[in-house]
Amino acid sequence: MTPEELADGLDRVGYLPDPGLATAAHLALAMHRPLFCEGEPGTGKTSLAHALARALDLPLVRLQCHEGIDASQALYDWDFPRQLLHLRALEAAGPVDAEAAEASLYTRRFLLARPLLEALERAPCVLLVDEVDRADDEFEAFLLEVLDENAVTIPELGRVAAATPPLVVLTSNRTREVHDALKRRCLYHWLEHPDLAREVAILRRRLPGLTGRLAGQVAAAARRLRELDLLKPPGVAESLDWAAALLALGREELDAEAAAVTLGAVLKYREDVQRALSAGVAGR
Amino acid sequence: MTGAGALTGLVGFAHALRHAGVACGPERVHAFVRALDHLDLARADHVYWAGRLALCAEPGDLPRYDAAFTAWFGDGDRPAPPRGRAPRPGRLAALVDGTGRPGPAPDLRVAASDVEVLRRKDIADLTPAERRHLRELLATLRPVPPRRRAHRRRPARTGRLDARRTLRGMLATGEPVRLARHRRTHRPRRVVLLIDVSGSMKPYADALLRFAHVVARAVPVEVCTLGTRLTRVTRQLRRRDPGQALAAAARAVPDHEGGTRLGETLKAFLDRWGQRGAARGAVVVICSDGWERGDPALLAAQLARLRRLAHRVLWVNPHAGHDGYRPVQSGIAAALPHLDRLLAGHSLETLHALLEEVRLA
Repeated sequence: MTPEELADGLDRVGYLPDPGLATAAHLALAMHRPLFCEGEPGTGKTSLAHALARALDLPLVRLQCHEGIDASQALYDWDFPRQLLHLRALEAAGPVDAEAAEASLYTRRFLLARPLLEALERAPCVLLVDEVDRADDEFEAFLLEVLDENAVTIPELGRVAAATPPLVVLTSNRTREVHDALKRRCLYHWLEHPDLAREVAILRRRLPGLTGRLAGQVAAAARRLRELDLLKPPGVAESLDWAAALLALGREELDAEAAAVTLGAVLKYREDVQRALSAGVAGR
Repeated sequence: MTGAGALTGLVGFAHALRHAGVACGPERVHAFVRALDHLDLARADHVYWAGRLALCAEPGDLPRYDAAFTAWFGDGDRPAPPRGRAPRPGRLAALVDGTGRPGPAPDLRVAASDVEVLRRKDIADLTPAERRHLRELLATLRPVPPRRRAHRRRPARTGRLDARRTLRGMLATGEPVRLARHRRTHRPRRVVLLIDVSGSMKPYADALLRFAHVVARAVPVEVCTLGTRLTRVTRQLRRRDPGQALAAAARAVPDHEGGTRLGETLKAFLDRWGQRGAARGAVVVICSDGWERGDPALLAAQLARLRRLAHRVLWVNPHAGHDGYRPVQSGIAAALPHLDRLLAGHSLETLHALLEEVRLA
């Protein structure tokens, strides 16, 4: 496959990558390297993983990172309530041999696969490690180990290795510097907001009922909003929401009045709404 | 380009890139060469993207990469450089006195009373010898991070039922049920230091940055300097050696000893880092004398925003420790309603007190 063919595949599932992003995804596949996507919120980092999964016809496994996330939330955990019940049932049935009971407790049946283990077991698949910048340093180190080996060792069960390494997409909003050791193993791609033509194309692709005229108006207005000094400039997801809201209301044009009633789909801070209204940007 | 010739050219380019300030180690260069196995070496845009994906690691690298690429391969038909809001590379500024080389060896037999005097003396009034001594003393500070509750639990007498250990206990002893319990542990809370390096803070900026370096070595921390613009120096301060760290920070800060536009730079911090997570739940310490040349209303609005994001907002003012100080400067007056504490920060002792305040925050 060439980058252009992959771009076509993504295009078919409604994701329009620019050449850089297509090359990045192509190399991640060909080199079995995780793809580290950074950029402003709303530039399509997370949806890239979803689109890749659909374009390559692979299952998507998602790990949402958060502060304090640890191995038992990311890798696997034992299903204690069920183990307790099982043990109780064994005891009720008669005298229990402790060793046999233990062996029966720590089997795959009572193992809860969390996203990372699930990805290794289901591979080939797309593994999305979302907002890795929210996790702690220790978690990054742990992630490094799993990504390097494409395998984990569960003490009670043994080693679980992926037959094919999963295609890993890591996203970061850059709230925190991610450790260089992690970045070094990845391909790095910085995503920008799409240009006007691409954004219009994305809107029309995702919302089939949208006229070219309205798509153009929404994309242009979103661009102007991004140039205003807002607390949260709208991403592509917001312009999609905006266009969908206008469609739902049966509007055919983005005029001042239509903008005023739908601005809540785009801007999520009171200060931003006020600034946009006073600048008159939304309803030109 | 074919074979060995091409390889030399690619590695040469990586060298040039490193020279331009992009930290691409051998592993990245290797990835770059390997990436081209999967692409078309004859196409400039393929070479461009392979290098950018493999060799760069942060937005700041991208403009340097574009420049180095043009210089090495010529403009050709490579794609137009994406418009980025990536930070411009910093210019050299003499923030540390001298070149960051360690000063003469410290006199270790300083009388205890001298240390005591130095602890209380205003940093602005120190002699060069005392200043060197102060650096030694700063390095002996032992910052302890503030703590927040963590997700992880550990065994305890009281607390929630620990199913895992209860089950293990039942298996091991065969006894019906002896309930094991566990409680939440604690983790360090992030600290954000925002240090004013404008002209009016000149006597204190060096000591405060060294203080930040000491804190950064012990506590999860983000450090930015404020002046006419905002500069993030966390990466630079991560170096172990204080001289090197301070010199690196100095190179990164382009607006040393300029004016102060606290409101605007604070806004830049909140837009770029704060709102997305750096300030969320953190203990934020602003070190500034509060001489605001910009609009005090903007500063007040930004502090109100910061107050909603952060766990605690502390303001350290070197002048607040002086007799007869009144918080009447335009900036500090606007800030005051939004602060948790206003602290002094003119001497080693007050910096010590600040650490204590941060620990308990």
